[in-house]
Amino acid sequence: MLKTWIYILVMFAVTYLVRVLPLLVFRKPIENRFIKSFLYYVPYVTLAVMTFPAITEATQNPIAGYAALLVGLIAAWFGANLFLTAAGCCLTVLLLELFLV
Amino acid sequence: MQQRPFTSGLKAGVPIGLGYFAVSFSLGITAKKAGLTIFQGFAASLLTNASAGEYAVFSLIAEAAPYLLVALMSVIVNARYFLMSCALAQRIRSDEKWINRLGIGMYVTDEIFGVTIARPGYVNASFVYGCAVVASPCWALGTALGIAAGNVLPLRAVSALSVALYGMFLAVIVPPSRKNKAVLAAVAVSFALSYAMARLPVVREWSGGNRTILLTILIAAAAALIRPVDDDKEEQHA
Repeated sequence: MLKTWIYILVMFAVTYLVRVLPLLVFRKPIENRFIKSFLYYVPYVTLAVMTFPAITEATQNPIAGYAALLVGLIAAWFGANLFLTAAGCCLTVLLLELFLV
Repeated sequence: MQQRPFTSGLKAGVPIGLGYFAVSFSLGITAKKAGLTIFQGFAASLLTNASAGEYAVFSLIAEAAPYLLVALMSVIVNARYFLMSCALAQRIRSDEKWINRLGIGMYVTDEIFGVTIARPGYVNASFVYGCAVVASPCWALGTALGIAAGNVLPLRAVSALSVALYGMFLAVIVPPSRKNKAVLAAVAVSFALSYAMARLPVVREWSGGNRTILLTILIAAAAALIRPVDDDKEEQHA
């Protein structure tokens, strides 16, 4: 119980520092080209790594997870917003698992 | 008649809050697996306001990872907020009060950043607060309900809802991949290496958190070396 609170505090403190430091300290744009480029790619890479193969392991049946991935990729490719893409993934799993599980 | 910034913020916060509510419900399911109580989940989300960051840390808590790894993960997964804050810093009045800088820093999320930076002129702290007053409690409430309902909902529903968060991640990474070949390549390589690391002997014994951190640093650094971001093109917004 206490350990969980410490985890939460560490997460909060570090996340807040990442956000607030530039507002307090860096008032100039980042000049270093490598750092700038690195920071530019980080969100896409980290989200991609966290999504796959985890999405195929989150469902009761992995086939439903793969199908959700495919539906999510297609929906987002054709411009579905955050909520629609997420809903499409959920619905795919719900429908497929009616047959698979 | 001009609307007061706080009121405009409240209005902008409503659609954001609705989206947050749905997605954080799925985050709550992950939090429950990590053993968080309803109140802990509520507090964690109200304080942290980060989707991928919280998801990654909840997964680490489930693995009973060391605190240092949680700190490192929070830096990596939230690095994009650093970038957004740098962009926001350019647009904050130089004589803005410290308390407001501290306050705005609480709510640099993808969505609130998006609507804030889209307004012309200097960043107005009241606008950010209006937006946050609506959106942040929705985020926290959804997380709490996700933890609570994990007990009540049938397994079928939990399984379906647990992919919502991944759907949201896809909605963030796919549109820029369509526009930018380098991002597309980085995402494809990330999928491939992440899959490989989850299967390969020895490496697959590592925790998911370690694999995420290592791959993020390696792939993002490689991409930055191979295809540095053009200075002229302002493509910071994730």
